[in-house]
Amino acid sequence: MSFEAPHIEYATLSPLLIVFGVALVGVLVEAFVPRRLRYLVQSVLALVGLVAALAATIWVATDLTVRGDGAARGSIVAEGAIAVDGPSVFVWGTLLLLSLISVLLFAERHLDGGLSAFAGQAAALPGTEAERQASTRGLEHTEVYPLMMFAVAGMMLFPASNDLLTMFVALEILSLPLYLLCGLARRRRLLSQEAALKYFMLGAFSSGFFLYGVALVYGFSGSTHLAAIAEAVNGRIGGQGLLLGGIALIAVGMLFKVGAAPFHSWTPDVYQGAPTAVTAFMAACTKIAAFGALLRLFYVAFGSAERDWTPMIWIVAILTMAVGSVFALSQTDIKRMLAYSSVAHAGFLLVGFVGLHEGGEGISSLQSVLFYLVTYGFMTVGAFAVVTLVRDAGGEANHLARWAGLGKESPLVAGIFAFFLLAMAGIPLTSGFTGKWAVFSSAAQGGAWPLVVIAVLLSVVAAFFYLRVIVLMYFSDPVGDAPAVAVPSILTTVTIAIGLAATVVLGILPGPVLDLAADAGAFIR
Amino acid sequence: MELYTPVIALAAIAAGFAVFSIVMSVATGPRRYNRAKLDSYECGIEPTPQPIGGGRVPVKYFITAMLFIVFDIEIIFLYPWAVAFDAMGIFGLVEMVLFIATVAIAYVYVWRRGGLEWD
Repeated sequence: MSFEAPHIEYATLSPLLIVFGVALVGVLVEAFVPRRLRYLVQSVLALVGLVAALAATIWVATDLTVRGDGAARGSIVAEGAIAVDGPSVFVWGTLLLLSLISVLLFAERHLDGGLSAFAGQAAALPGTEAERQASTRGLEHTEVYPLMMFAVAGMMLFPASNDLLTMFVALEILSLPLYLLCGLARRRRLLSQEAALKYFMLGAFSSGFFLYGVALVYGFSGSTHLAAIAEAVNGRIGGQGLLLGGIALIAVGMLFKVGAAPFHSWTPDVYQGAPTAVTAFMAACTKIAAFGALLRLFYVAFGSAERDWTPMIWIVAILTMAVGSVFALSQTDIKRMLAYSSVAHAGFLLVGFVGLHEGGEGISSLQSVLFYLVTYGFMTVGAFAVVTLVRDAGGEANHLARWAGLGKESPLVAGIFAFFLLAMAGIPLTSGFTGKWAVFSSAAQGGAWPLVVIAVLLSVVAAFFYLRVIVLMYFSDPVGDAPAVAVPSILTTVTIAIGLAATVVLGILPGPVLDLAADAGAFIR
Repeated sequence: MELYTPVIALAAIAAGFAVFSIVMSVATGPRRYNRAKLDSYECGIEPTPQPIGGGRVPVKYFITAMLFIVFDIEIIFLYPWAVAFDAMGIFGLVEMVLFIATVAIAYVYVWRRGGLEWD
């Protein structure tokens, strides 16, 4: 029996391996480091690991090999399982930057009496003696850092996977830690546990859809490799029913992760229940990873069947924008409102998804979606970071009525939040405007102008509920006791400052990042 | 269709065997009442009736079961390697050590945090 050892390009995969390694070391830290040192060791380890991975990503990005016609750069590594190309590296960099500022939110202990936002002892039933003891002893779960690192590693693998099975494994690696993280809130624990359970149930269900789709596509093409599937789709060999069914089921699994209607129903509950730091991380990074994977899968594997899936994306995009914008109007909880806003953003991203393909004049859909993801990520993390600051005796004051009159209470915090909301609404001179402009112009150039008209109309509806919060903050009087705006430590301050800076800079000078997204080129096949 | 004939035949035999066993045991077996026969067999603690106040299942059952499954999976991956370890040489050995080390990290965590203590 002959055996050929697989060839694995460790250097090219170093960003992924660093994050996985840091996660494993984090588990060992939990096992051996004394409790009082764990917080410091874990947070420093996570930060150092992410910075190292970012440096490795930049090194990999400068070293991508040019292939064929020069549009796509990169290489397929690990025996065809992973594609490290321009878009992969771009998504990696974005994910790592956003994870870095999310770790700062995780590490924030200044807001809640010297304790982190995570449960003292997650296994203790809410409202029991055990929970009170954990709270008075000042316990906290520092496992959140390795869990987050595993999630980041999964998110990095997801858009880079060049094989449906690798993609499924990555999907699970990113999802499982997130389900756990959602259930670890220190305050309002029942709501948090409910969120975790709902996310887990629906997430497991959607993974099942994805896997069934993978099976059908395998039945159609006889392979799980994206390139082989693309060949089979192009040649139209095999049963069309298998292919169409497979595309539809895989799309259900993917669209669930990006939170697109009609698979969005978990979003408000989970975003509301999860600790706000986790919500910030999850809202930004999961969406980026899932959109990266969605794009790779549909452009590389199902590219030739474009006529079959474009109508589906049109309908889902319209539905998602409509549901996100309209339902956000009736929300009374700030986190739920931001959740519906993220649903609406998923819809705008899908508009870019059906835009102009690479090779044409103008902004390609890949470039526009990548750019939109960067703008969306920074303003989302920033906005949720501000949400952690507005507090009363019971923790965060998330009810919208409690935000009334915040402009008088704390002009700075209200002003920053108003700016993030304006950015989400897509007002010029913010990154939200340039992002929307990019996806809309790409879609219009790709011939999807009816979709763009609908998107513009719906973004006007969406602007209304953002403005409603701004009016509430500045032109209403506080009801009862005004919530206090907590003074954060340097950690949250840095997060908000970076989010704000990115939102301003990308709004005024989008050129460099747009060029970077264009430079990412196309997916390699 | 020919492809599926053995599968259908096997399913028929299996169903026939199940029906046959049940019918035969009802028809020929002795019936002596015993309380223990009503207990669940090798399924951990009694699921019903639940104790007053919620009925929590001790988490140690869950941890033990989970550790057992992880060992199971580890063995499944060890078997093919054990069969072909000479062909795979040093590469196979290194990969296996890496795999076992990764699984061991989880065990070290469970051990250090007291997951292996029953009481």
